[in-house]
Formats: sequence, C-alpha cells, structure tokens
Amino acid sequence: MNKFLKWFASDSFIVSLAAIVMGLLLGAIVMMIGGYNPITAYGALLSKVFGDWYGFGEALREMTPLVLTGLAVAFAFRAGMFNIGAEGQVLMGMTGASLVGIKITGLPALIHAPLAIIAGALFGGLWAALAGYIKAKRGVNEVITTIMLNWTALFLCNYIVRTFLLVPGNQRSVDIQPSASISIEWLSQMMGNARVHWGILLALLASTFFYYFLWKTKQGFELRAVGSNPEAARYAGINVNKNIVKAMFISGVFAGLAGAFETLGVFHYQSVYASLPGYGFNGIAVALLGMTHPFGVLAGAGLFGTLTYGSAGMSFEAGVPPEIIQIVIGSIIFFIAAQGIVRFILKPVYKRKKEKVL
Amino acid sequence: MAAATPVVELKQITKRFPGIVANDSISIQLQKGEIHALLGENGAGKSTLMNILFGLYQPDEGHVEVNGQTVAIDTPNKAIELGIGMVHQHFKLVQSFTVTENIILGMEPSKGGIQIDYKTATKKVKEISDQYGFHIDPNAKIEDISVGMQQRVEILKTLYRGANILIFDEPTAVLTPQEISELIEIMRKLVAEGKSIILITHKLKEIMSVSDTVTIIRRGKVVDTVKTSETSPLVLAEKMVGRNVSFKVDKKPAEPGETVIEVKDVSLKNKEGISLLNEMSFNVRRGEIVGVAGVDGNGQTQIIEALSGLRKIDSGSIKLSGKEIANHTPRQISESGVGHIPEDRHKHGLVLDFSVSENMVLESYYKKPYTQRGFLNFRAINELATRLVKSFDVRTPSIQTKARSLSGGNQQKAIIAREINKNPDFLIAAQPTRGLDVGAIEFVQTQLIQQRDQGKAVLLVSFELDEILNVSDRIIVVYEGKVIGEVRPEETNDQELGLMMAGSRQGGIANE
Ligand SMILES: Nc1ncnc2c1ncn2[C@@H]1O[C@H](COP(=O)(O)OP(=O)(O)O)[C@@H](O)[C@H]1O
Ligand SMILES: [Mg+2]
Repeated sequence: MNKFLKWFASDSFIVSLAAIVMGLLLGAIVMMIGGYNPITAYGALLSKVFGDWYGFGEALREMTPLVLTGLAVAFAFRAGMFNIGAEGQVLMGMTGASLVGIKITGLPALIHAPLAIIAGALFGGLWAALAGYIKAKRGVNEVITTIMLNWTALFLCNYIVRTFLLVPGNQRSVDIQPSASISIEWLSQMMGNARVHWGILLALLASTFFYYFLWKTKQGFELRAVGSNPEAARYAGINVNKNIVKAMFISGVFAGLAGAFETLGVFHYQSVYASLPGYGFNGIAVALLGMTHPFGVLAGAGLFGTLTYGSAGMSFEAGVPPEIIQIVIGSIIFFIAAQGIVRFILKPVYKRKKEKVL
Repeated sequence: MAAATPVVELKQITKRFPGIVANDSISIQLQKGEIHALLGENGAGKSTLMNILFGLYQPDEGHVEVNGQTVAIDTPNKAIELGIGMVHQHFKLVQSFTVTENIILGMEPSKGGIQIDYKTATKKVKEISDQYGFHIDPNAKIEDISVGMQQRVEILKTLYRGANILIFDEPTAVLTPQEISELIEIMRKLVAEGKSIILITHKLKEIMSVSDTVTIIRRGKVVDTVKTSETSPLVLAEKMVGRNVSFKVDKKPAEPGETVIEVKDVSLKNKEGISLLNEMSFNVRRGEIVGVAGVDGNGQTQIIEALSGLRKIDSGSIKLSGKEIANHTPRQISESGVGHIPEDRHKHGLVLDFSVSENMVLESYYKKPYTQRGFLNFRAINELATRLVKSFDVRTPSIQTKARSLSGGNQQKAIIAREINKNPDFLIAAQPTRGLDVGAIEFVQTQLIQQRDQGKAVLLVSFELDEILNVSDRIIVVYEGKVIGEVRPEETNDQELGLMMAGSRQGGIANE
C-alpha cells in the first residue's frame, strides 16, 4: 500500500499528469481559436464515454487493442528494441484467429475459442520473432525489418482472406463459427449491445503478466539486462541473441492477441484491408504515454481510448471536428517526451513542495 | 596573504542528496594567484562542491562569496559572468566542429547581427593560445586532435569567456604522463598571469608538484587545509582515507602450486585479417599473481576476451585445470571457475540501470537460491547484496540504488565483491584500479593478494607499471600479440620493463 502511495507521489507520475493537463489545455486553446467552446466540447467527449453503458462498453472495446499493442511496443522497448511492427503482428493475429475460427468446426466453445486465441497469439509472435531472428543472425535493425514486415503482413493476410475465407463479391471473410466467439452476450445485452468481450479481461491479465514476467522472473532479468546493456549481459553469460528473438516473440504475442480479439470478440469476421489499419502505430503512442511501464500502458490506453472514442461525441454534440483530439493526443505525447518543458513549468510547484519539507 | 580578501570563499556549504550528505558544512578560501588543490577519495563530494560553485547545483545551506561579495550563483551563466570557469571531468565539445567553433559556441560574435564573425574569433583564440603556450590550431576539428589538446580547448573556452577563477575537475585522469607535465606548465602560467585555480585530484604526486594549498575532504567534510610546502604525500594520503596507508603493498612470497590456466599457441585475427594474438603462450599457477605488462593494444584485451569466452580464437588451446575451455561460452567458462574483473566497468562490468543488488547477481541470478521455480528470490538476492556491500565496503545509500549513481571506486568494489564471491579458481583482473584513489587502490590490490594467498591463480593486466611491479609475483611482457619475455619483479625495474614493452629486448627467462 505504501508502495502504491509512493508511486503516486513519484516524479514520473506527476510529470505525466502535468503533461496530460497541458495537452488538454493546448487542445482547449486550439478550440477557442477555432471559435468552439472547449468546456462544451470536453463535456460532450466525457458524456459520450461515461454517459451511458453502451458508450462505456464501446470505449472499453476501443481500449483493448490499444492496451495490447501498447504492451507489445513497451515490452520490446524494455528489451532494447523498437517494435514498429505491431501493426503487421496485429494483422497476423487476426488471420491466425480467423483461420482457426472459421475453418475448424465441431468443437465446443470452451476449446474452440481458446484455440483460436492461441493461433492468433502464435501468428503475431512468430511474425515478430522473424524480425528478432534477422536482427540476431544478421544484425539488421529491427526498425527496418518490422516496417517492411508490416506491408508483407498486409498483403499476405489479404491474400489468405481472399483465397480461403472470402464471402464472394465482398471484401471480407465469412463469419467465424459461433463456438469461436469470445463476445460476452449477456453483458453486451445489458450494455445496449456494446461489443464487449473476454479479451478486455485478458488484456488486463496481459499487463499483469508483463509486470511479473519482466521484474520478477529469471527470464525477465535476462531480458532487462540485454535491453539495458547487451555487452554486460554477454559478459554475464546471457545469450543475447536468444533473448532478442524471445523478446520480439513475446512482444508479437501481445500484438497478435490484439488482432485475435478484434476478430473473435468484435467483428466476428476479417476484412480485406486497403491499407494498414493503424492499431500498431497507436500502440507506439500508448507505450510512450505509459512510459513503457505495463500499468502506465493501461492508463495510457485508457486515456487514448477515451479521447478517440469520445471525440465522436464531441463532433456530434459540440460540432468540434474530431481531428482536434489528434492535436490533444499529439501534444500530450510531445509533453511526455519533452519532459524538460514540463519540469520547467512545474518548477515553482516543486520549489514550494521542497520548502514545506525542510 | 592572510589579510587579502579571498577571490572565492565558500562558507559552510551543505548539500544533501537522497540518503547522503555530499557536502557537510564545507568552507574553503581561494586566494588570488594560488593553486588550491581539493583532495579526496571517490565520492568524497569534490565534484558536488565545485558544481555548486559553478551554478549547476544549489546548496541546501551556506553561501558563496566572490571578492568579498555574497553572490547567488543559480546558473553556469551567472558563474561565467562572475569570472568562474570550469573544465569538467568529461569534456563537453562538439566533435565535428573546429576548435574556434567550439569555443564561441553559445556566444558567437556576429557581423551585422546575422553572420558569424569567424575571423575576429579565430584571431582571439590564437592570441589566448599563444599567451599561455597552448599550441592549438584554431581551425582543427575536435575529432582530429588528441585528448590533451581537447582539454586545452576546454581551458581556452573558459579563458575566452573571461574566467579568472578556473576549476579543474580531475584534469589528469585522462592524460598521458607527457600531457600531464604540459598541463602543469600551463597551470603555472595561468597563475603567473594572476588567475586562481581550484584543482581536484586524488593523485598526490601532482598535488605536491603544483599546488600551493591543499584542502582534504573525506565523506563530505573538510578534514584539514594545509600548505603544500608543509606536508608530505604520506600525511595527505592518511588524511584522505582516514587511516594509515602504505604505498607498497605488503605480501608474503608466493608459493605457487600446480598450473591452473594454460594458454598455448593461441592465435586470433580480426575481420580484416590482421593478427591480434600470435601464438601467445603462458600459464598461471595456483597461488601466484602473474602480471601482464605491455603497451595498450598489444593483445591484452583480446587474450582476456578469449579467456573469458567473449571472443573466439582461431587456433591454440586454453586449458583450465587440464580441461579445454577455448571457445566455450562465457557462462560455461564462468561456471567452470573463472572470475573476471573486466577492463571497462561501465561497458561490461555493470548494468548501470540495475540496482546494486541486481548487479551482485548478474552472473548467478539463475542459480538457486536466487531463482526458484523461474522466479527471482529477492530475499536471497538482497541478503547476498547486503552481505557483499558490507564486507567489501561498497559505499552506497542502499542496495536498491542504481549502480549508475555510485562513484567509480564503489562501482569497482561492487564488481570485485561479485567476482570474488564466485570463489573462482582463476581470477582475471583487467585494469582493476584504473581511475581509483589511493585508498581504493590499496583495497583492490590487497584483495588480489588475498585471493592469491587462498590458492587462487590471478592474472593481472595493468598499464600502471608500479602496480605490475608491486603486486605481481611474475611478469610476462606482451608485444604484438605475443609473450616476448618473462621477468621477476624483484629482478627488474621500470626502465627495463619499458624497453621490453617497446619490443626492443628479450627478457630474462625466454618463454619459447
Ligand atoms: N546528482 C546526484 N544525485 C544523488 N547523489 C549524488 C549526485 N551527485 C553526487 N552524488 C553522490 O554524492 C557523493 C559525492 O559525489 P561527488 O561529488 O561526485 O564525489 P567526488 O567528485 O569527490 O568523487 C557520492 O556519494 C555520490 O554518489
Ligand atoms: Mg568527481
């Protein structure tokens, strides 16, 4: 408990909070310049998310892939790598889940759904591990390979959907078997048909797993050592290359889960995408917002999800273009990255705090 | 002298960091035209004090007077305004800029407010350089000049900004002996021109040769301020570490036993095909310290990497107690009984962002009891760390402190604690005392000798000839990747060793 309180008083928490406030203020200023009332706008945004059960459920749905792709980027980052490829790994995750969810029939839900989830996780994990393997074997920077693999994944997944799963004449796959669905029907009905699913819960578990794995286990120790100082890790007898592949695999599993949940819990089919859908890139933003800490990622995804989902309400009720929310999100990330600015603005606050202590 | 107003007076400066009082009511007077040395072990609080004078930190208590006036130095710019300049331990230069560009950086003189006036700047740089005998080419790029020259650029930068009071933070740590004597000349010229200097160092030789006054700081407190002419290196060393010291390490004659490590005809080429190790052969026996003498770059780094598994060899054999270990992995080698105090403690020895306690299990984290069923056992890890920190006197606010915030000496102690705790049969110590102060050096060397006395085989690689001569029982000299001679420390001296290291003379006992 004490530890928990300490965390709230910690420097990084205060700085993040201040960055968020500053981002919202900047957004308000932009709205005022554009002739909108920021209070009405933010009010509309909040009421869209928290105004009724449907909005709340849909906002949770919106946050789920953000949590998982945020975790994917943060996990790779902790192991010293920049995974820009969550995008492609999400698509692979969707495809893995679709293949198992559509093609396999006659299984009870209790087996079919987990199997489809595992397939999605494996597809995403192996896709990311490929980038890790190329880095370990050939020293190719993972930024480059993951970007290239994003496009490869896009076309590969579209090809699979078109060839094996297509509803003729449509740009989408057939529906998954009902036994593979992870929607929570009763809750969904209670929430005005919001598309809530078990993946939301699993995303929470995933961030707890992240935390325990990285900071409490032997393998996490190795990953952190490799991420923080690969030379010293090698000196200490840690197999750096193995850990690079492992870290990318786990990172990809997070992203793959995001994709699997979208297919199995939200859409129940897979679209043919004309371009990259953007899940992975949002994950980078969320990881930055959460300072690459799993619980920070949860908070970051909560914020990001609230803002993006709520922005629809903002434009509907207050007539504010939803793009303004992109400005808000952009500036929050900017302030978190440029902590010097935030600290500078917080300086008077800190001074007073210090005097009190003395 | 005593009657004159000091140019700088620090009055009862106190500075606290979490868990530590870095400066505890420190008062110092700097007189005009003197060189005032600050002497203290790593972590004594010297840099902190000077960072306060230079406006980088604010004191918690106390104040600063310049020429008798109380001043608030809240930024380095303020310090520069007051005529204070600082030459930092780590240079702050832009590598791809020229000397002049670096010097004017931040205060570029301009023609008509837009164009930088390089001509005037270059002329002024040249003038100052000539005045103090710096021999600097104002148009040279930083990346093309030596470390010693780069340091002069830093000095010039402060003079260019009108500094009368110069702070040097461990200026000689990075210099060759030749460059050190040149720097001392420069400092003498500076004071002759009326500048005043504060010199931070823990090298007693330099203090004795250049300073007028010495203030000794221990654990954040002033121990004493004395005139250099009225003291001696031994007295200073004892005040600094707070106990008796001897510059010569005490040790019994070695009683070597059976061979522990046997290196035979080990060769290794780099990617370009250049030979780095050329049929190198030597052995180390139980209960002896073998010193490796040689000019930097003659295969010392490579043989250590080969011995610890960090690098593959092309041919030859390395046997540990008769078993082949060449080209095994670092972990296999570590487990078969090799400890390694690495040359570069930041690159290899520590994960700086890990806590002290995590660093203590950097090599053993996966073993019981530190890992149980895949989970780290923090109780066992912290117990070990607490024990090692205590018995090796690692000064750290807590075992959860990040290794990064420890001073160099304490980082080194932490590594040594970890390696010795492994209880290895064969211990490699590469540059184990580099950058350490007298007290820490003595500690490290004593540890090595204790390991020897407990029957371990120790290989000591060092560029400090004094250390090689004092600590080793047997010395091998390497040249171009080959052992070119072997001598006994009591039968040689640094001249002879120096000649052998230059490759000019084969040693007493032929190795081949
Ligand atoms: N920014 C800082 N934050 C916390 N502790 C510090 C900081 N700077 C220095 N210290 C601590 O203060 C003590 C004095 O450090 P320093 O002044 O660098 O010593 P010296 O220069 O004499 O080696 C050390 O114990 C060091 O760990
Ligand atoms: Mg220092």
